[in-house]
Amino acid sequence: MPVRVETYDRLEDAARALAASRSARYLGGGTLVMRAVNEADQSFDTIIRVRDAALRDVRAESERVVIGAGVTMAAVIAHRDLAFLAPVARAVGGPAIRTMATVGGNLFAASPYGDFAAALLALGATVDVAGGAAGRGVAIEDFLRDRERNAGLLVRSVTVPRPRDPAAFRFLKVTRVKPKGVSVMSIAAWLPQSGGRVAGARIAYGAMGPAPVRAVHVERVLDGQPLDAATIERAAAVATEGLDPPTDALASSWYRRQVAGVHLKRLLTAERR
Amino acid sequence: MAKKPLQFRLNGAEKAVFVDEGQNLLDVLRRGVGDLTPKYGCGQGACGTCTVLIDGEPQLSCLTLAETVDGRTVTTAGGLADGNRLHPLQTAFMENFAAQCGYCTPGMLMAAKALLDRNPSPSRQDVVEAIAGNICRCTGYEPIINAILEAARTHNSRQYG
Repeated sequence: MPVRVETYDRLEDAARALAASRSARYLGGGTLVMRAVNEADQSFDTIIRVRDAALRDVRAESERVVIGAGVTMAAVIAHRDLAFLAPVARAVGGPAIRTMATVGGNLFAASPYGDFAAALLALGATVDVAGGAAGRGVAIEDFLRDRERNAGLLVRSVTVPRPRDPAAFRFLKVTRVKPKGVSVMSIAAWLPQSGGRVAGARIAYGAMGPAPVRAVHVERVLDGQPLDAATIERAAAVATEGLDPPTDALASSWYRRQVAGVHLKRLLTAERR
Repeated sequence: MAKKPLQFRLNGAEKAVFVDEGQNLLDVLRRGVGDLTPKYGCGQGACGTCTVLIDGEPQLSCLTLAETVDGRTVTTAGGLADGNRLHPLQTAFMENFAAQCGYCTPGMLMAAKALLDRNPSPSRQDVVEAIAGNICRCTGYEPIINAILEAARTHNSRQYG
């Protein structure tokens, strides 16, 4: 088990060490990195970890919430100001995974994992890296697009706009194992309405690409329209336009294409989940 | 490679061992301090049989870097019984035939303990959710769920009745 472990008290020091090394991984909750260690992954030889308690802070402001990268799924469920994200966190793993898996780690979880990151993508979060200012970080779509290159950055927190109308945010995870399983796909939808019409929809999928992706064609169909049966039908028809869903042990690309529209329709039709 | 000293509390007893860098907690429990109750299943976080409580919270010991439990409290299925007196969960598992091959049992017991410690009167749905991360390949889920519900009932009556 030739892995070296470096422990730092300060985030900035760990960030420097991570940036300076090409063969180091940052250890969050352990569910991704320790799995790789157990499988004798040879792509890294150093684990970097931080004891900084600030990574587990949640700071609620009037318009947004800043969630520390080390906040676990269990902590998200327990936090009063994160109630809108609790259904998403509950969809991740079983209780033992949820006391370990972190918000920051989920940003790096390869498909079919990363349901929480899909929700953050729909909500328009920004990713704050060590050394940068909270809320002035990278837009999450940019961060996820360059995920491989960003592996050398240490995420400090994510900043999430607080939904003014919690009912405008909907989330659905499709699994083939009950009660819990890995995603065939997950869908997160941010559907603010103005005067009975959708205004500024953001739809994100998990497990429909190498990283969570936005369904821009669906968004275009929804915007400016009432969320009625005809609109939903047209949105479902373009559910996978421009996307290339992966084939894995859970589902083929073909299958994901076939069912995406059906699940999108269900999510959009539901008044409240 | 240098060994690192590690001290933690296991089932009420202080332990001090040297661990390899990158070694997971399950390996330290089984090979380092000889507690063979937590099992190695998948090494990926998918099966749950290595579940232990760390400071009372359920965690997967195969995905826990051993040195992160320094100064903390670890509870395994090996710490449930009090001498010859079985824990109510163990008794209920036995009486409800909740163990077939037995491989998932230590993880099921610890997931159930985590639930009952927080919620002494769980609903059936609460129990299903609590063991959602624990896989039983004999698929004997019903007896396991029934055993946990019965343990909750008998434990409560013993405490309050």
